[in-house]
Amino acid sequence: MNTSSMNMSAMNSNKFAWLLKREFWEYRGGFFMAPLITTAVMLAITILALLSAEFTAHKHGIQLGGINIDQVIEHVGEGDYTKVHSAIDIGLMGMSAPIGIVFCFVVFFYLLGALYNDRADRSVLFWKSLPLSDLETVLAKVVMAALIAPVLAVAAMIALHLGFLILLSIYSLFRIGVHALPLLWSPTHLVALWLKLLVSIPVNALWALPTIGWLLLCSSYVRSKPFLWAVLMPVLTGVIISWVNLLQNFSLSGWYWQNIFGRLLFSIVPFSWLQKLTLTDMPDSADDDLRVLNHVLSLDSIGAALTMPSLWIGAAAGTAMIGAAIWFRRSRIESYA
Amino acid sequence: MSVVQARNLSKRYGATIALDNVNLDIQPGRIVGLVGPNGAGKTTALKAILGLAEFDGELSVLGMNPRSQRTELMQQVSFIADVAVLPRWLRVGDAVDFVGGVHPRFSREKCLAFLARTKIQPTQRVRELSKGMIVQLHLALIMAIDAKLLILDEPTLGLDILYRKEFYNSLLGDYFDEQKTILVTTHQIEEVEHILTDLLFIKEGRIVLNASMDEVGERFAEVLVNPDQADAARALKPLYERQIFGKSIFLFDGADRAHLAQLGELHKPSIADLFVATMKGTYA
Repeated sequence: MNTSSMNMSAMNSNKFAWLLKREFWEYRGGFFMAPLITTAVMLAITILALLSAEFTAHKHGIQLGGINIDQVIEHVGEGDYTKVHSAIDIGLMGMSAPIGIVFCFVVFFYLLGALYNDRADRSVLFWKSLPLSDLETVLAKVVMAALIAPVLAVAAMIALHLGFLILLSIYSLFRIGVHALPLLWSPTHLVALWLKLLVSIPVNALWALPTIGWLLLCSSYVRSKPFLWAVLMPVLTGVIISWVNLLQNFSLSGWYWQNIFGRLLFSIVPFSWLQKLTLTDMPDSADDDLRVLNHVLSLDSIGAALTMPSLWIGAAAGTAMIGAAIWFRRSRIESYA
Repeated sequence: MSVVQARNLSKRYGATIALDNVNLDIQPGRIVGLVGPNGAGKTTALKAILGLAEFDGELSVLGMNPRSQRTELMQQVSFIADVAVLPRWLRVGDAVDFVGGVHPRFSREKCLAFLARTKIQPTQRVRELSKGMIVQLHLALIMAIDAKLLILDEPTLGLDILYRKEFYNSLLGDYFDEQKTILVTTHQIEEVEHILTDLLFIKEGRIVLNASMDEVGERFAEVLVNPDQADAARALKPLYERQIFGKSIFLFDGADRAHLAQLGELHKPSIADLFVATMKGTYA
C-alpha cells in the first residue's frame, strides 16, 4: 500500500469516527443521559428502600443484628453460596430492566428520525455539501443503534450493579457485619454476568437488523410522518391478513404477526430472540426456577441463538432494507414537514 | 476545461418540464449569476450540478459525473443551498471540528479567523444564533474550504441589507480568486450585479440569455425617448417598452448605437430591467 492510499484510508476511518461523534452530539440526551438518569433513579430507589426498611425495623423493634450470622454462615454450604449468587444475578438483571426499556424507546425513535429529521429541517443540505457518502452516513447510524447505544446501556447496567451492591454492602456492614459481604460479592459471578451482557450485544444487534432496517427505510423514504408509516403499514397489513384468514380456513395471520410484524418493529428489544430459542438441556425440574433462568442467560443460549435460521433470515432482510435506505438517501432530500 | 459542462440536460417531474435541453459551459475564474423567475428551473439545475437529483443528458462538473462521483466531487465543490439550514442542535465549535475532520481541503485557521470577526462564540448552538449569524457561520465554514466551485442558492434570502452587503463583500474580498468559480442564484439581482462576470437567464427550463457582463453591456441599450419619437423607436423592434414621466424607455438588443442616440438619451440597462424585459409573459 502506498502512502497516499494509506492517508486516504486513515482519512476514511477518521471520517467514520466523526460521523459517530456527530450522532452522539445530536442524541447525547438519549444515548448518554437517559441511561445515566435511569441508573441514578434506580439507585435512589434502592437508598429509599433501605432507609424505609431500616425505619420499619426500628419502629417494630426488629433486631436484625441479633441473628448470629457467624453460625448461619458456618452452615452454609458451597451449593448454597452459588444459589445466593445466582439469585443476585437474577436480581441484578431484573433491576436493569428499566435501562433496557429506556434503551428500546431511545433507539426506536432515534432510527425513525435518523434519516428524516435533517430532511425536515433541511439541514441535510449542509451534510450533503460535505464529502461524505450516503453509505458512510447511513452505516454510522446503524453502528450507533446496533453497537454503541447497547454498549452505553450495558455500561449503565454495570454501574447500576456496582452501585447497588455497594449500597447493600454499606447497609449490611452496619446491620450484619463483615460476614455478609461474601454472600453479596462474587467477582467471578459478576464478571461472568457482565461478560454475558457484552457478548450478547452482537447477537442482539444481528437480531435487531430487521427493525433497524425497517425504521431507517421509513426514515429515509417517507416525505412526512415516519412514525405513522413505520407502525401503521405493518399494522394495516396484519389486519388485512387477519380478515382474509377469517374468511378462509388458512392461518397465515399468526405467522405474520410473529415473524413479520414483531420482527419489523420489536426486534430491537434486547434478548427478544429468547422466545424463539428452543433450549436443549433445559433443567427439567420445574421447581428450580433459578437454574432455569440461569440457563436462559448462559453463554450457551447466546451461542444457540446464532444457529437460528430466523436470526440470519431477519439479518439478511434487515441488510436489504438498510441498502434501500442508503439508495433513497441519494435522492430523497425534501420532506413536506 | 469547463468547470460545468452540460449537454442536453433535461429533467421532468411528471408532466412538468423543469429543464429542457439545457446546454451550458461555465469557465473557471468566473462569477456566474443564474437568474430566473420562480419555477424556471434554477434549483433543478443546481441540484443536478451538485449530484442531488437524477437528470437526463450529459453533465460533467470538474470533469466528474456528479451522480456517480458525488463524494469525490464534494471535495472540490462547496455549496450554500439555502439560508439557515445548519442543524439547530450543532455547537459552533463542534461544527468547525466536524468539517475539519471530514474535509481534506478545510482550513481551520481561516475559519476561526472569519468567525473572530463576528459575535459568534464557539460554545453557542446554532439555535441560539440569529438568522444573520447562522449565515455568517455557514459562510465561515464554506469559505475556509479551498473548493474550485462554489454554488450559492439564494444565500441571503431573508437577511437585512447589512448582512447581505457583508456577505458579498467577504465573498469577493476574502474568498474569490482566479482559480475559483462561483455560481449564484438570487432574486436580489441589483445586489449581485456589480460582482458578476457572467449572466445566465433561465426561463421555463431553457437558457434564454448566456453572456458575459461585457457582452451584455455591448448588446443591450436603453433609450429614453420623447413621445414624438416613440413610433420611430417602436419601428426598431425594441425588446421592451415602459413609460416614465410621460416619456418612453425602450430596451434594445443589438441595435445600432449611433442610430439609437438620435432617438434620445442612451443608458446602460440595469440587469433588473433586462430581466423584466426578458421574462415578460412568464406569469401571464
